[in-house]
Amino acid sequence: MNATVAGITWRAMVGRRRALLLFALPAVLLLLAVALRLTGVADVESARVVLGAFALGTLVPLLGLIIGTGVIGPEIDDGSIVYLLSKPVSRFAIVITKLVVAVGCVAVFAVLPTLLAAVVMASGDDGLAAGYGAAALVGGAVYCSVFLMIGVLSRHAVVIGLLYALVWETLIGGYVPGARTLSIQQWAVSVASATADEGAISADVGLGVAVTMLVVVAVAATGYAGWRLRSLALTGED
Amino acid sequence: MTAIQLDRVSRWFGNVVAVNDVSMTIGPGVTGLLGPNGAGKSTLIHMMGGFLAPSAGAVTLDGAAVWHDHGVYRRIGLVPEREAMYDFMTGWQFTLANARLHGLPEPAAAATRALDIVEMAFAKDRALDTYSKGMKQRVKMAAALVHDPAVLLLDEPFNGMDPRQRLQLMHLIKRMGTEGRTVLFSSHILEEVEQVASHIEVVVAGRHAASGDFRAIRRLMTDRPHVFLLRSSDDRRLAAALIADASTASVELDGRERALRVQAVDFQRFVHVLPLLAREHGLRLYEVAPSDESLESVFSYLVAS
Repeated sequence: MNATVAGITWRAMVGRRRALLLFALPAVLLLLAVALRLTGVADVESARVVLGAFALGTLVPLLGLIIGTGVIGPEIDDGSIVYLLSKPVSRFAIVITKLVVAVGCVAVFAVLPTLLAAVVMASGDDGLAAGYGAAALVGGAVYCSVFLMIGVLSRHAVVIGLLYALVWETLIGGYVPGARTLSIQQWAVSVASATADEGAISADVGLGVAVTMLVVVAVAATGYAGWRLRSLALTGED
Repeated sequence: MTAIQLDRVSRWFGNVVAVNDVSMTIGPGVTGLLGPNGAGKSTLIHMMGGFLAPSAGAVTLDGAAVWHDHGVYRRIGLVPEREAMYDFMTGWQFTLANARLHGLPEPAAAATRALDIVEMAFAKDRALDTYSKGMKQRVKMAAALVHDPAVLLLDEPFNGMDPRQRLQLMHLIKRMGTEGRTVLFSSHILEEVEQVASHIEVVVAGRHAASGDFRAIRRLMTDRPHVFLLRSSDDRRLAAALIADASTASVELDGRERALRVQAVDFQRFVHVLPLLAREHGLRLYEVAPSDESLESVFSYLVAS
């Protein structure tokens, strides 16, 4: 961890136009929750749909994508990362610091709104708030680690990330049950299921597999990102 | 005393060879890395700064490899060519952040000192994106100097600067050199390099073409075959007179241009005898113009030699 790197990353993150998305998406979730509550449609069942499909299925991956790539991609693109890299600071420390900032952003912009929406809609019934909150946190953290790694590897990180989230997790995962074993979202659902009351949320992936995969993927992605950042070549004008 | 050493260094990108078997030692004082655009100057500086691995050969700082060692940045200050900085910061915040990243014991004092050196203290509380190109360059310099490095690498520092900013930066670079630092900067303009650098390394098309002080480089550049375009009252008679003299190697009557193209091998002698010959033969010279003074032709000559 490096406090200066964290400070720069945070300011760069919230200072960009992309930051508006960080506020817009959670706002939609909260508005939806409040609307359902006010119209009296809100119950445990609708809460499960909104939190499962929208919060965990859309909000968390999208914010993970925006935040995970956002903490490092733009700096690599415009070359300003040279000011971080030309310092006696280990590249792993830089990656880990950026990941911590990203997870902090996810906590604020994804986990907190998910908890609030859960409380508004289901007022704590069946432990849905705790379940989806925990899932948003671990899922968001792992998305960040993966998308941060893609941000180091490619200038098209956002596109690659979108393809993963939309095509693999949503489309293929929706039709091919086997693909769900390799889906961050499904691992997060498994965590949600284990945290919420017994039987409140159903999961396709066992908790043991899910937790193992979450840890392995996060560690591997972060390690590889640091290793690649060590060898990041700066391209000049010629 | 700190020296960067390149030992038979090559770097290729796919099939393109950017740097081809270059060996040089950069010692204390100011060294200019001179070459036309695309000669591989940036590639060389990136390798010296640890931002690119050599494909072959070794780049070392006082005997230790630069690549994959972030410890070298305690001794290297890098001024990149690209403009992008953390534009949302003020000059002060940016310099201070650089000092903190170096883990300096008194970052605020170091940042103040560095901004004073580059004379940017007056604008330190303005955001970077309000700075002019020259001001940005100076703050980049402050960021590179904040830890008082023994080595300073500057990639095309004069690009896009106005004459006054250029002069200011030249003074600053010279001062860094006289303080005993090992300073290397790249440029494609000979006059720039001449005025600042005590030593010049010339690279052309990825190769190390020449090395020496500016007098040696100047000499190499003037003692080469020069091509002149001449117009006179009688080109054919002038041609005959010129080819008879030892200062020329060839003379060509260019019918389309209605002029004479003369290749002079002895520049000093040629400019001396040309008016004498003209007077002797009763000819009038209307035009005498060097026809290949572009820097590229000078460089290509250097590579060929």
